[in-house]
Amino acid sequence: MWDWFHRLGSPKYFYGFAGALVPWLAGLCVILFAVGLYLGLVIAPSDYQQGDSYRIIFVHVPSAWMSMFVYVLMAIFAAIGLIWRVKLTAILATASAPIGASFTFLALATGSIWGKPMWGTWWVWDARLTSELILFFLYLGFIALQTAIPDRQTAWRAASILLLVGVVNIPIIHYSVDWWYTLHQPATITKFDTPSIHLSMLIPLLIMAVAFKVFYITVLLSRARAEILDRERKTHWVQDLVRSEQI
Amino acid sequence: MQTQRILYNVETQSRESLVVVPLNSSHPDTMEYSDVDPEQVMLKVERLGCERNDRTLFAGLNFDLKSGELIQVDGPNGSGKTTLLRTICGLLPVDEGKVYWCGEPIQKNRFEFLSQLIFVGHKHGTKDELTARENLDIDQLLAGQRSPISADQALTRLGVADCRDQLCRQLSAGQRQRVALARLLVSVGRLWVLDEPLTALDQAAQNTVRDLLSNHLDNGGMVVITSHQKMDWDGLLKKTIRLGYG
Amino acid sequence: MDREQSHGVFTGLLRRDLKLAVRAPSQWLNPLLFFVIAVSLFPLGIGPEPNTLREIAPGVIWVAALLAAMLAQDSLFRADFEDGSLEQILTSPHPMSMIVAAKVLAHWFITGLPVIILSPVLAVLMSLSFEGWWALLLTLLLGTPILSLLGAVGAALVVSVKRGGVLLSLLVLPLCIPVLIFATAAVKTATVGLSIEGQLSLLAALLAFTVTLSPIAISGALRATGGGG
Repeated sequence: MWDWFHRLGSPKYFYGFAGALVPWLAGLCVILFAVGLYLGLVIAPSDYQQGDSYRIIFVHVPSAWMSMFVYVLMAIFAAIGLIWRVKLTAILATASAPIGASFTFLALATGSIWGKPMWGTWWVWDARLTSELILFFLYLGFIALQTAIPDRQTAWRAASILLLVGVVNIPIIHYSVDWWYTLHQPATITKFDTPSIHLSMLIPLLIMAVAFKVFYITVLLSRARAEILDRERKTHWVQDLVRSEQI
Repeated sequence: MQTQRILYNVETQSRESLVVVPLNSSHPDTMEYSDVDPEQVMLKVERLGCERNDRTLFAGLNFDLKSGELIQVDGPNGSGKTTLLRTICGLLPVDEGKVYWCGEPIQKNRFEFLSQLIFVGHKHGTKDELTARENLDIDQLLAGQRSPISADQALTRLGVADCRDQLCRQLSAGQRQRVALARLLVSVGRLWVLDEPLTALDQAAQNTVRDLLSNHLDNGGMVVITSHQKMDWDGLLKKTIRLGYG
Repeated sequence: MDREQSHGVFTGLLRRDLKLAVRAPSQWLNPLLFFVIAVSLFPLGIGPEPNTLREIAPGVIWVAALLAAMLAQDSLFRADFEDGSLEQILTSPHPMSMIVAAKVLAHWFITGLPVIILSPVLAVLMSLSFEGWWALLLTLLLGTPILSLLGAVGAALVVSVKRGGVLLSLLVLPLCIPVLIFATAAVKTATVGLSIEGQLSLLAALLAFTVTLSPIAISGALRATGGGG
C-alpha cells in the first residue's frame, strides 16, 4: 500500500494512472449530474415559502461545500509538500486553485441570484455570503502569489506557507464574521437554514454534492496531467510520449 | 560557549570545538583552528543538481572540501555559479542531491553548519544607512562566534579604517566591498563562501584578500570562491569546479 | 549558543532597525501621513455632521490604520533583501524566529506606536467621545501588533517580488478581517456606554495566538523566498 503511494507520487506514474481514470470519472460525473438535476429540478416538490426559487440550492450548497473542501485539501497538499517534499503535491494544489476559486465564485453568484427574489437585492451582507467572499479573496491571493514569483519551486514554497496561514485563519475569520453578523442583524431568517429538510429535497442535494466532488476530481486529474506535461516537458518520457502521439 | 564545547566532545572527538588564537595582536588576521585533521572531509556535495525557471543549471555535481582547501567555481555568466554558492550556504533549497557538513546534511545540521559559515555575497549585506563600524558590529552579532578581532582592527586590516564612521552609502563600491570582506575577520567561521570578492577591488586590496585567504587556509580553514580574476595564486588553488561547459 | 548571546542578537537587531528608521524617516513617516490624510478625507466626502462622523469613526480609523499598516509593511524585509542583509540573517546560526521577532517589534515601534500616539487627534477629528477614544486606544494597542505580525508574513512572502506592495495587501487584508471586526465593535460598544471586556479579550486572544504562531510562518516564508534573487 505504502509502496503504491510512493509510486503514485512520481509524476510519470501519476500521469498514466490519472489518464486511465479520467474517462470513467467523467462518465460517472455526467450520470450523477443528470440524476441529481432531474430529481432536484423536476421531482422535488416546490417549497411552500420560497416556491421554485429555492431549487438553486442544489447548485449553491454543493459549490459552497466544495469551495471550503478544496481549500482545506490544498492546505493538506501544502503541508505534505513542505514536510515530505513530494513533487506531486505542488502539481495537485496548483491545479486545484482555479477549480476551488470557481466553486467559490459559483457559490457567490448563485447566492446572489437567489437573493434577488428573496431579499429584493443582488447582495446582502449575509454571514455565509461574506465568509464565502473572503474565501474567494484567499483563493485569489494564492493564485496571485504563485503567478508573481517566477521560479516555480520558490513560488510553490511561498504559496504553501500562505495556504497554511490561510487555513489556520479560516475558522477565526468564519467565527468573527458570524459574530459580526449577529451583532448587526439580530433575529432575521438565516438563509438556506431549513430546520428539517424534506427527504425528497435531501436526496437530490446529496447526489449533487457527490456529483460536484466527482466533477472536481475529474477536472483536477485532467489539469494535473496538463501541468505534469508542462513541468516535465524536458524529461525523456514526456518527449517519447509526444513523439509517439504525433505519429 | 562552555556547554557547546562539552556537547561537541560527547558527540565526536574530531568535531571538537575550535580554539581561537589570533595570529599576533599587532597584525590581526585569521584564526587558527587547532583541531585540524587534514584528511577529514568537512563539506561534501553529492550529485547536486539545480533547475531554475525550467533551465538546468547544473546536475550531478560532486566535490568535497577538506581543511585547508580552496575551491574556485568557474564558468561563464549565467552558468549558475552564484546559485551553486547559495545552495551550498543553504539559502536555496536543494532540489537534487545533498550537501553535507561534517557528514550530516546541512538542513539537519543547520546550527553547526551556519556557525561555521561566513558568506560574502554578490549583494554585500551592508546597510547604506549604517556606518562601516556599525555594519561590522551587526555582522559580529549575527555570526555564531565572535573573534577577538574588533571591528576597528578588521577595518584597518582591509585598509578602510578611515571610513569607519562614515555611512556606507558615502563609500565607493570598492570601499563597501572591503567593509563587507572585513566581516571575515570579526567572526570565527571555518568555511568562507565568497561570491566575486575581487570585482571592485584595486590591486592592493586584492593582495590583502589573497593574504587573508592564504592565512585562513594555512590555519585549516576552507574557501569556496567564484571569481573572474585569474586565480593562479600559487599554492592557494586546490580544485576548480567548471560550470556551464556542457 | 547561550541565551545571553541570543539576547544580544535580539536587542542588537532591534537597535539597528530603530537606528535605520531614525536615519531614513520617510519609510515610516509616509504611511503615517497617509493614515492621517485618509481619515481626514472622510468628513470631506461624507459631510461634517458630528453624529454621522461619530457613527463611522471606528470603522474609518481602523480601515485607514489597516491600509497604512499594509503600506508600511512592504519595507520590512525588502530593504534587507535588496542590500543582501537578509542573506546574512538567513546564514546566521541564531534562531530565525527570534531575529524575525526583533525585526517585527522594531517595525511596530515605528509604525504601530505612532498611530496609537496620534489617536487622540483622530478622535477629535471624527467627533469621538472620550469613551470611544479610550476604547480606540485599547483596541489599537492590542490590534496593531497583530497587523504587524500578519503583515510581516505577507512581507516575507512577497519579498522577492518587484513592486509587491499591492500583492502584499491582497494576501494579508483578508486575514486582518477578524481584528477589524472585533476592534470596531469594541469602539462602537464603548460609545454607547457598554462594557467592552468581551471584545478586548477576543483581541487579546488573537494577539496571543498570532504572537505564538506567526514568527514560525515568517521564518518559513523568508527561508522559502528570501534566499532567491
